Amino acid sequence: MPLVQEIDFGTPPSKAEKMVSLTIDGFAVSVPEGTSIMRAAMEAGVQVPKLCATDSVDAFGSCRLCLVEIQGRAGTPASCTTPVAPGLVVSTQTDRLKQLRRGVMELYISDHPLDCLTCAANGDCELQDMAGAVGLREVRYGYAGDNHLTAVKDESNPYFTFDPAKCIVCSRCVRACEEVQGTFALTIDGRGFASKVSAGMAEPFLESECVSCGACVQACPTATLIEKSVIESGQPEHSVVTTCAYCGVGCSFKAEMRGDELIRMVPYKDGKANHGHSCVKGRFAWGYATHRDRILKPMIREKITDPWREVSWEEAIGRAASEFRRIQETYGRSAIGGITSSRCTNEETFLVQKLVRAAFGNNNVDTCARVCHSPTGYGLKTTFGTSAGTQDFDSVDHTDVIMVVGANPTDGHPVFASRMKKRLREGAKLIVLDPRRIDLVRTPHVEATYHLPLRPGTNVAVLTAMAHVIVTEGLVDERFVRERCELDEFRDWAGFVAEERNSPEAVEKTSGVSAELIRAAARLYATGGNAAIYYGLGVTEHSQGTTAVMAIANLAMATGNIGRPGVGVNPLRGQNNVQGSCDMGSFPHEFSGYRHISDDATRALFESLWGVTLDGEPGLRIPNMLDAAVTGSFKGLYIQGEDIAQSDPDTHHVTAGLEAMECVVIQDLFLNETANFAHVFLPGSTFLEKDGTFTNAERRINLVRKVMAPRQGMADWEITIALSEALGFPMRYRHPSEIMDEIARSTPTFAGVSYEKLAAEGSVQWPCNDKAPTGTPVMHINGFVRGRGKFVITEYVPTDERTGPRFPLLLTTGRILSQYNVGAQTRRTENVVWHEEDRLEIHPHDAEQRGVRDGDWVSLASRAGATSLRAFITDRVAPGVVYTTFHHPMTQANVVTTEYSDWATNCPEYKVTAVQVMPSNGPTEWQEHYRELSEKTRRIAAPAEAAE
Amino acid sequence: MPSPSWSKERAEAIIEAHRRREGAALPILHALQEAFGYVPEDTVPLIAEALNLTRAEVHGIVTFYHDFRHAPPGRHVLKLCRAEACQSMGGDALAEAAQARLQAGWGETTGDGSLTLEPVYCLGLCACAPAAMLDGKPVGRLDAKRLAALVDGARR
Repeated sequence: MPLVQEIDFGTPPSKAEKMVSLTIDGFAVSVPEGTSIMRAAMEAGVQVPKLCATDSVDAFGSCRLCLVEIQGRAGTPASCTTPVAPGLVVSTQTDRLKQLRRGVMELYISDHPLDCLTCAANGDCELQDMAGAVGLREVRYGYAGDNHLTAVKDESNPYFTFDPAKCIVCSRCVRACEEVQGTFALTIDGRGFASKVSAGMAEPFLESECVSCGACVQACPTATLIEKSVIESGQPEHSVVTTCAYCGVGCSFKAEMRGDELIRMVPYKDGKANHGHSCVKGRFAWGYATHRDRILKPMIREKITDPWREVSWEEAIGRAASEFRRIQETYGRSAIGGITSSRCTNEETFLVQKLVRAAFGNNNVDTCARVCHSPTGYGLKTTFGTSAGTQDFDSVDHTDVIMVVGANPTDGHPVFASRMKKRLREGAKLIVLDPRRIDLVRTPHVEATYHLPLRPGTNVAVLTAMAHVIVTEGLVDERFVRERCELDEFRDWAGFVAEERNSPEAVEKTSGVSAELIRAAARLYATGGNAAIYYGLGVTEHSQGTTAVMAIANLAMATGNIGRPGVGVNPLRGQNNVQGSCDMGSFPHEFSGYRHISDDATRALFESLWGVTLDGEPGLRIPNMLDAAVTGSFKGLYIQGEDIAQSDPDTHHVTAGLEAMECVVIQDLFLNETANFAHVFLPGSTFLEKDGTFTNAERRINLVRKVMAPRQGMADWEITIALSEALGFPMRYRHPSEIMDEIARSTPTFAGVSYEKLAAEGSVQWPCNDKAPTGTPVMHINGFVRGRGKFVITEYVPTDERTGPRFPLLLTTGRILSQYNVGAQTRRTENVVWHEEDRLEIHPHDAEQRGVRDGDWVSLASRAGATSLRAFITDRVAPGVVYTTFHHPMTQANVVTTEYSDWATNCPEYKVTAVQVMPSNGPTEWQEHYRELSEKTRRIAAPAEAAE
Repeated sequence: MPSPSWSKERAEAIIEAHRRREGAALPILHALQEAFGYVPEDTVPLIAEALNLTRAEVHGIVTFYHDFRHAPPGRHVLKLCRAEACQSMGGDALAEAAQARLQAGWGETTGDGSLTLEPVYCLGLCACAPAAMLDGKPVGRLDAKRLAALVDGARR
């Protein structure tokens, strides 16, 4: 298994349709108009020497190595900046060119350390390759002249070093930072011989504007910018293409290995979601896989106050199974349930829900999508007929107006945000609806045309007011509505939104957004060309989350922005496989493919496939399981890869529920917060240690490939199989591909999916079946999945969570670039240098009123509970609004969030909590208590003690 | 000569006056140098913020042009032409003489703070080479003696 080598064509592809024919070194070649001679040569199989060109960035023409001769033209033009023309006769190798190239290389090498043998890039250095390619044999200039060999190395970034002594100033890093990542953190300082790459104002990388995405390291042709892991371990020798396990973008990576040691993760150019780009998490933050905190042995204990005892897999699985059966015998069949993980593969998720339905014999299965995008599933199914986004990511390249609602792509979905920013730099317009001034509102080279800083909890009012403007100002795409939507419902809806109480003027006071701004945004969305809505948890995690999703769908239908590239409704899904976990039947009321369990035909299908009788009544959702645990009717829970004690709202209630259970089985990489309340711990495997698939936010099914053996012995799907076997319901799969075959056999939207096809195509987007054998990038092209689009009336009902004298501020929560959700993984990497604690963002006005200074400890209290953290004073949040992240267990932001949830799906109202902020001296009593509990319940008995 | 002490308020006013122009970075940098005699490093983030650029980009612009100073100059500035025409008319010797007389290298200021010596590449005065510019005023047909008189006069 060699390293996967990707061809570098030197310059990006041309999108032109017209073809141009020419001759290069005697080979006839036809390429799209606008292609560079360099790229055309590579298409013909001829590699022109180059240093400053790479196909992720535009041609630059500075290294003077890629010179060619063209018959009938004077001089030796650079092949990277010279476009093809019909009938050109190009020579890439002549005596004159050889001389010129050698001369250029001599100049480069006269100011370059001659330490190839001890250089970290040895074997992976384009400068070295080019010295070989041009036949460099001597350097006539010598090495004694002025040089940069004593320039000082910058090792500030935890993941890569910058060694200017090795830099050839090709500007590839600068251009990658600008063109690929869109951060513009690098520049060339000075000019001429004094030119040097500079981060920020000649700052260390870590202190500059750099976001550590790795694009510069990827672009660097030498050892100037190189991963510290390569410096430490040496060059990799083989690689495996797999899928990142962080967010819902689903980037493809090459896991580059030496033996079974992961050397580095390199973004894969053929990855259809990321096209060779990455972010700091996927590219660098994989060290958790070998972190010392990782649990590698199964453990059990009688009571949660006991220390853990390491046991064999058989004993741990046996204990879980016998406890579950004992509980069912004592308290009834419905007294246990399971939670699938959006961090695990489709196949693993499918097995957990199968285990619950077939082996537990009930439908008490749910997933963390409950607490994030369940309203998306419900809302889009109701309006369009499919519980998923309508577009692929590439669609953004055709968008004229981007509307971002309650999402923060530059932190939450950074690789897609880079593509969005690229499109915005090309001239697309941007509308942002968010209580907070997220980066996209104004970030170098990007500025929103309109930012609607609405009060948390008023999405539905503002979206409906936008609809009011579209209907009353005659901006409806009547033809689309007539041809594609249900007309009676449309008329009812149009009448409803046109009512005066839904006008921007009427909702101005509730939402805090001026009527004029709402009107302007609505007009731009309706008339600005292809308009696409991208939204996140700021839409769904509300008491009216589902209503807001439907309000978004209404806007798209009313303006005809559905069914072609460049438009659509795009939920930015949070987790790597949250789309997949929903698709796989993780909800208590649905089988895979979103088929209701009361549907007799579907149930019969699975009954015959699995050889059991299935319950036709929906089971419990996560919050219902916890409620039932508190009241005493729910006693056992199997949780795969989810940390509900930290991630779910109203921590007091969650932990009370967990404490009341008799057997909590946790399957995870680490002793997470929920494990504090567990009786059986089954160590899980990382995404590097198993085969499977993840489905990203654009419905794209990507292969996850095993690059190393599971460190604790079993992949997660094998653990579920072992548990099922112990429960008396054997599952027979030798490989995850056989699980996918079962999914394909039983799920119409996945009918055409197989590992063979995924390997051949790279990935496919569901629906993938006979009608769409290679998948469906854009949905609802000629008609909605449900037939006609359905407009739904979106009455704004304010949340019951209101501010008052005791709790005068509104708290909203979110994420930050360097950390991922509850941080179980990213907190165990060097990413903590960017975010070592959660901070409370508070407006200067509110801070001053309370006597709070930047960095002070403050208490953050709601009617649900109180925590404390340090304040960060900023006008990113409006007066009256505070914001924090939920990455750190010692902050436990969810102690403060409440039990309120979406009316349709129970998705928690994380985004609105009435709070008070006051100066404090340090951690609250609860935090102290929790810290003690957490230390106590994480004890693992020494082997000797365990043997006694 | 302009006052070398800079203030954030004045810098912000200058940036504000030019920020809406197309290609505002260079006019702003010139105006700052005009006002303070140099481009204070602390103005770079202010310019970046105003023009929605990064600090890196503005730093790249400032350092690309040798004309932008990074420190306050002396009370007078002598720009001596180092380009080919002046070199052919004895410019090299003149440059050495100037450095020796002032005890200052290129871009440096005399010990008493009276004069800063800067190289310049062509003032368009090739017909009167070797040429220089003192506080913005061109002078031609220089020789060691005339140069000495010029700088001594200015420093007095």
